Amino acid sequence: MQKAHDLKEYRKELHESLDNSFLRTTLDNFAIAYRAGRANAFKDMDVRGLINDIACSKDAAGENYEALYKEFKKNAEAAGVHVHFAKDGDEANRIIARIAKDTGCKKIVKSKSMTAEETLLNHDLEDAGLEVTETDLGEWIIQLRHEGPSHMVMPAIHLSRHQVGDLFTEVTGTKQDSEIEKLVKVARRELRQKYVEADMGITGANFAVAETGGIGLITNEGNARLVSTLPRVHVALMGIDKLLATLHDALRIIKVLPRNATGQQITSYVTWITGANECLAAEDNRKEIHYVVLDNGRSELLKDPLFSQVNRCVRCGACANVCPVYRLVGGHKMGHIYIGAIGLILTYFFHGKDKAKNLVQNCINCEACKDVCAGGIDLPRLIKEIHARILEEDGHPLPSFLLGKVLKNRKLFHTLLRTAKWGQKPVAEKDGFIRHLPMIFSKEHSFRALPTIAETPFRDWWQKNQPVVNNPKCRVALFSGCVQDFVYPEQMQAAVDLFAANGVAMDYPIKQSCCGLPVQMMGEIKASKDVAAQNLSAFDPDAYDYIITLCASCASHLKHNYPKLVMDKPSLKLRADAFAAKIIDYSSFVNDVLKVKQGDFAQTGEKATYHAPCHLCRGLDVHDAPRKLIETSGLEYVECAEEEVCCGFGGTFSMKFPELSAELLKKKLDNVEATGADTLLTDCPGCIMQLKGGLKKRGSAIKVKHIAEALSGNKK
Amino acid sequence: MPSKNDLYQKFVEKAELVSAIVTNITNEDEALRYVIDLCDKKEACQLLVSGCEADLSAKAEALCDTKQKKVIAAPGLKQDLYKKLAQGAEKAGFECIDKGMRDHLAGVDIGFTFAEYGIADTGTLMLDCPDEELRLATMVSEFHVCVLPKSKIRANTYEVEKMMLTRMKKTPDYLAFITGASRTADIERVLALGVHGPLELHILILED
Ligand code: SF4
Ligand code: SF4
Repeated sequence: MQKAHDLKEYRKELHESLDNSFLRTTLDNFAIAYRAGRANAFKDMDVRGLINDIACSKDAAGENYEALYKEFKKNAEAAGVHVHFAKDGDEANRIIARIAKDTGCKKIVKSKSMTAEETLLNHDLEDAGLEVTETDLGEWIIQLRHEGPSHMVMPAIHLSRHQVGDLFTEVTGTKQDSEIEKLVKVARRELRQKYVEADMGITGANFAVAETGGIGLITNEGNARLVSTLPRVHVALMGIDKLLATLHDALRIIKVLPRNATGQQITSYVTWITGANECLAAEDNRKEIHYVVLDNGRSELLKDPLFSQVNRCVRCGACANVCPVYRLVGGHKMGHIYIGAIGLILTYFFHGKDKAKNLVQNCINCEACKDVCAGGIDLPRLIKEIHARILEEDGHPLPSFLLGKVLKNRKLFHTLLRTAKWGQKPVAEKDGFIRHLPMIFSKEHSFRALPTIAETPFRDWWQKNQPVVNNPKCRVALFSGCVQDFVYPEQMQAAVDLFAANGVAMDYPIKQSCCGLPVQMMGEIKASKDVAAQNLSAFDPDAYDYIITLCASCASHLKHNYPKLVMDKPSLKLRADAFAAKIIDYSSFVNDVLKVKQGDFAQTGEKATYHAPCHLCRGLDVHDAPRKLIETSGLEYVECAEEEVCCGFGGTFSMKFPELSAELLKKKLDNVEATGADTLLTDCPGCIMQLKGGLKKRGSAIKVKHIAEALSGNKK
Repeated sequence: MPSKNDLYQKFVEKAELVSAIVTNITNEDEALRYVIDLCDKKEACQLLVSGCEADLSAKAEALCDTKQKKVIAAPGLKQDLYKKLAQGAEKAGFECIDKGMRDHLAGVDIGFTFAEYGIADTGTLMLDCPDEELRLATMVSEFHVCVLPKSKIRANTYEVEKMMLTRMKKTPDYLAFITGASRTADIERVLALGVHGPLELHILILED
């Protein structure tokens, strides 16, 4: 559970996780095994189509939840089940405690339910004098340790067999060794007698099917079957997000959920309970069944045009499985009760701003979670939106406020950058790096060297060197982004060189400014909107066939976020749509549009590997073009492990969480060095800044370049 | 449309992937022989994995002590078939029961059942068990042996959806998809079988 009061305390907690080598190794191994397992489980399936169908049916269920609840209740009651509605967690817990009292229950066995975690049900039941035992092995372990889950599907993933062995020694009062097979059997026998004694069983529900009034439960251990069979009273606690219109909707989700959660094709058990079943422990041989349907902020969420998509979550935990930040720090630090990307969002709505305010900043915006989500939820966007809302409520911290102010004023911003060039003179080295870190950086930032501001920004170079292209094939506008404009103009120049040689007429609208992603990342939505409006007025989309940018982050921000940012201004929105439609990244343009040929480049055969920027591979779904271009440019492409995993730059993220950024970079560079390549290519200047700076610190000889530089360099 | 044989092949492949033990049989008598043989071969208490000598808390120990003889549970079996099984079991020195599962919560050695359908897609058995005795037999047995008529194999869950709905609407109903043995990966993500339910799932595919 997340306890830090401010960012400083939170960062201290993060350090504890980073120092926990067991946790780090487990999560690393899992992340790698998961990716292969998932891919295998989805082989030959239309995953996108399936996810899209789930999103549609869940959206419809969300819009219709009141009617579905009525239908569900009617059918369940007709089948002899009692149905209760709870507006918040306290009420749900009260209802359940009262059922226990009314039915004279004393001992409760529980099968895993995230919803019960959310309402802190166990505390309330224990306060009411009831004995509660979790029966899911992982849940039982953390219950005995008085901890919260650290993963939605594998709640005890943070613990070693030795820790569990010691724990079981305490529980049984006799020494247990730490062999997993044996520990599992000890749990089996210890828990079996808990089932025998219990008079009430509590489960969650994965599905509440309106057309039948029944529920569906997905488990591997089979504990939900015992919990719902042996005791004479069964209570199922579920959020209104579990309501589905039809059984078919549920069967469809089952196709994705286990595959996405652990790479299993299906779990060992899927249990469908409809109506008051036979129970030989009850007086009349009928089980007493209660469904407690929980709102707790969900109906508010459903009314929100942006956040209603949260209802699509099926709690598979995949968004944590792929999150590079979760992989570093684990669930106790990457969420409050719900963990991972969805945890950052749900924490805000279910547990409040104070619990969420530090957590939401810990997202690097790599979009891995969005890419994998079973419900197709745009998680990174929602996380940023919550960050913005919290800033609105709490006031803006000085650095992000200032950055917002500066970026809104292009001239001021550019003047500052030009001044910085003079300011850095005393510490600038000839090799393009700053010798000492400026005072504003603490030593935690020393994991990478920082580049100097270029002698001549691209915009100045352009005004003197803009090429004339006769009989052009096509007409494009260039969008440089600030890093290439002021730090790495040579990347833009390389592109200009190749474009001119291929009959591309270019324009560089001089009033363009920073794309605005950095302020958006800091939650400064107002500033982000202003910057978007400025850039939109600087470009006339109708005048060009394409608008090209060499920065993956800019490209994805311009393409996907601009239309959303100006949504409330109809005339601007039209322009933004036209603008977004023309945006293309460098690699796609050169490979797919210009279709350059191997024959146009000197074939050196030098080994080069590749880093896929998050905003290119996931943000724009571009995968083949850059890799093909590496080969076209005359180099030999060697694949790097975890090529599409974030390098840890994340713009302002690396300023705020240097320790996390450093770790992500370390992994990336270890993988890069293991390829034995001489050159590392990528297509985002932010990534280049991170990778170059890190390799420089390591004293590595590997050259880092934008793909544009490789092509221009080898051009015959 | 996949042929009957394709479905069968797929079912076996998928079931074996999750460590189910699949055997072909040509008639029901073979199934009974299989169950008796298996019970005979089986160690008295599979929980031996942790060593019955391993100490547990007093209460958990006490529950284990309630079990004296090897037990085969076969609730819901056709009368004549159950009679034959009970005879065979008696000869071999095992107890055979078709009710009273609640007196055997320490565990029975073998639960013997018939599946309603098989789902080829994932190697899944579908068992409808509104009857508590039958349900418990599939949960507290150490080995679950289940007969699946070959003609009852369907491609995927959508093809049993209609039938599921019919049953669910005629409540009460308790229906299960069972795929492989009970499993967990909760400690260090290492797969361990039989955490609460059966340690082994044996599927006997009946040629019909
Ligand atoms: S965008 Fe990346 S860092 Fe942020 S929550 Fe999703 S996976 Fe994690
Ligand atoms: S947000 Fe998506 S990926 Fe995360 S748990 Fe929910 S459904 Fe799964």
